[in-house]
Amino acid sequence: MNKILLIIRREYLTRVMKRSFIVMTFLGPVMMAALMIVPAYLASLSDISEKRIAILDETGWFMGKFETGDNLRFEHVFYDLATEKENLMNGSFDALVYIPKTELNVPVNAELFSIKQASLSMRSYVRTVMKNEVENRKLIASGIDPEIIKSSKTNINIVTIRLSDEGKESRSFTEIEVGLAIFSAILIYFFIFLFGSQVLRGVIEEKTNRIVEVIISSVKPFQLMMGKIVGVALVGLTQFFLWVIFTGIIYLVFMSFASGIISEGTGIMQQQQGFTAIENTVGVNDVATKTNLSNVVEVIQSINFKVMIFGFIFYFLGGYLLYASLFAAIGSAVDNETDSQQFMLPVSAPLILGIILSNLIVNNPDGALAFWLSIIPLTSPVIMMVRIPFGVPVWEMALSMFLLVAGFIFTTWLAAKIYRTGILMYGKKVSYAELWKWLKYH
Amino acid sequence: MSYFEARSVTKKYAHHLALDKVSINVPKQSIYGLLGPNGAGKTSLIRIINQITAPDEGELWLNGHKLKPSDTALIGYLPEERGLYKKMKVGEQALYLAQLKGIGHAEAKKRLTFWFEKFDIMSWWGRKVEELSKGMQQKIQFVVTIIHEPELLIFDEPFSGFDPINVNLLKDEILNLRKNGSTIIFSTHNMASVEELCENIALIHNGKKVLEGRVNDIRKQHRTHSYELTIKELSIPISQFLPDHFSVSDDCLIDENMKRITLKSNGSEQPNELLNLFTRHGEVMSFSEILPTMNEIFIDTVNRSKLSLHE
Repeated sequence: MNKILLIIRREYLTRVMKRSFIVMTFLGPVMMAALMIVPAYLASLSDISEKRIAILDETGWFMGKFETGDNLRFEHVFYDLATEKENLMNGSFDALVYIPKTELNVPVNAELFSIKQASLSMRSYVRTVMKNEVENRKLIASGIDPEIIKSSKTNINIVTIRLSDEGKESRSFTEIEVGLAIFSAILIYFFIFLFGSQVLRGVIEEKTNRIVEVIISSVKPFQLMMGKIVGVALVGLTQFFLWVIFTGIIYLVFMSFASGIISEGTGIMQQQQGFTAIENTVGVNDVATKTNLSNVVEVIQSINFKVMIFGFIFYFLGGYLLYASLFAAIGSAVDNETDSQQFMLPVSAPLILGIILSNLIVNNPDGALAFWLSIIPLTSPVIMMVRIPFGVPVWEMALSMFLLVAGFIFTTWLAAKIYRTGILMYGKKVSYAELWKWLKYH
Repeated sequence: MSYFEARSVTKKYAHHLALDKVSINVPKQSIYGLLGPNGAGKTSLIRIINQITAPDEGELWLNGHKLKPSDTALIGYLPEERGLYKKMKVGEQALYLAQLKGIGHAEAKKRLTFWFEKFDIMSWWGRKVEELSKGMQQKIQFVVTIIHEPELLIFDEPFSGFDPINVNLLKDEILNLRKNGSTIIFSTHNMASVEELCENIALIHNGKKVLEGRVNDIRKQHRTHSYELTIKELSIPISQFLPDHFSVSDDCLIDENMKRITLKSNGSEQPNELLNLFTRHGEVMSFSEILPTMNEIFIDTVNRSKLSLHE
């Protein structure tokens, strides 16, 4: 027992002390935070300066229809296109909208000239204004009052409420749950592969370094294999917790130091809402947006993060143990990493299948497919993580967990048999038939 | 008194019999040579002794009791295919391997320091293994093998990868270990070192033990009754006084009036009788029986057992 602890300690320390581990530990959360913060920050930067836009409207339909807002200032120009283009080049304005004259049709085409790439919001604003104006005119031409159409537009807002067994109501919000489900499934998949392949590489390293024979003259092959698997699992958990902690720290730092940027960010959001408000009827949409926002907060609070985190750790460990032992068996059977490919694919296929099917599962998280895939140990780590945000009956959860534990005990037993023969075989191209034979050795 | 004993050990693999009722008997505090061509089954036997694999049949006895799992702490093993973690530091790694053999951290450090200083390699302590030459790595591996002061040492080709100076250093250490009480099983193809170090040998071929015994006895058993003699101022030709049951297989002049003569007999001779004959006719400078080398015996035995296999 003492020896297995020594092995775990070595496997853990050599990996945790590696430069790549330290870099990943710090870089992971920074990258994750950057992924969320940087786009928002950049958007806020680019929209701070005011853009002057010239309108060259040959049709005359849109006179005075473009309203100058916080960041966009419109002015009409009246020379020909060539001259105005030159003015644009001289920097008299930032962009030029050219609406060519049409003889028969209503104006549906426009060209937007700019020196720098025109922003998405600018383009969508111009399009919305033109679309509304043309639609209004068409309606008037057919004798319909546009106001009637506007007031008839309705936005239906459905709030889904889940009743629990005890009759407790909780607001649910599918989009967030879907996001969370897919995110945690991918995270599990990623963790299992990342740390499973570390076990594979570790076993191959010991084999090609020829140190394995020295070690198994001191400890049993099973102890060496389990020590490695457990050591790497601890590395995975360490990385996960450090990520959680660092992401939390970065989030807090960002919240306290950059509140200015956030308020500007909300400003943009409001402006963009303003744009959409032109498209639809002002009142309804605005109200809907507000309810949605408060819903999001409510839903985030309603999700059972305790179950999520517990589920994640359990299914990460269970799935990892299941696959890592198989990976260890593969590593023992081959002489180098390239040779491992032929065995890696069939072994990891269920996991990949789980990720592919997770889209289907999200649409029907309580269906038969979801049920079976979340019970079978080979796919349950991924699929159960998809299902957890939607709520899973306790007995299904218990059955799935029980089978996962039974599953990894079985694969570990299987792997140990292949492992103890495989690590002593050199320079032999191993086939499945050969592996089968190893299973039967005493 | 024997320290280690294997009793008709058999090991089968899918397609062949690696060991077929092999028994060896290793006396206490001796060096025992385990010989055989490649693929003979030596490594299989060594792995069984180390309890890396289990025999299908047969028993193993260590110091009067049946071999048990905890005995790995009494055995030191230097495998032929050896290696260390390349990315790990020398000292850290040696400590790790020593602790796996059941020595406490502090004791392991003390002993390693002693050996590292003895071999003058203390400066390597903090370096990564991959920075060292192959010979340097072998030295560390040797230290790691003996660090837990095992009663039974198994060396599989211990001299491969060493320069002659370090081979001598290693030989001295092996002899020292025996002097201090260790029993040593020594597997090699280097027959000169077998003659030099081993008291007993077993020759394994195709999974069977084909020869066993004390090195001196074996060489005597394989004697060809050949003698070599150098003689000065031989007065009459050899043929005039040499009895019929002797034949001259080589006769060459090595100096002006000095000859080296190789003789062979049919086995009924007495060395003294021969020596007496020659002293009457000249001045004998040296006289010795030519015993076959272990190398000759090895090749001869293996070839003969191959022949018998074909018949």
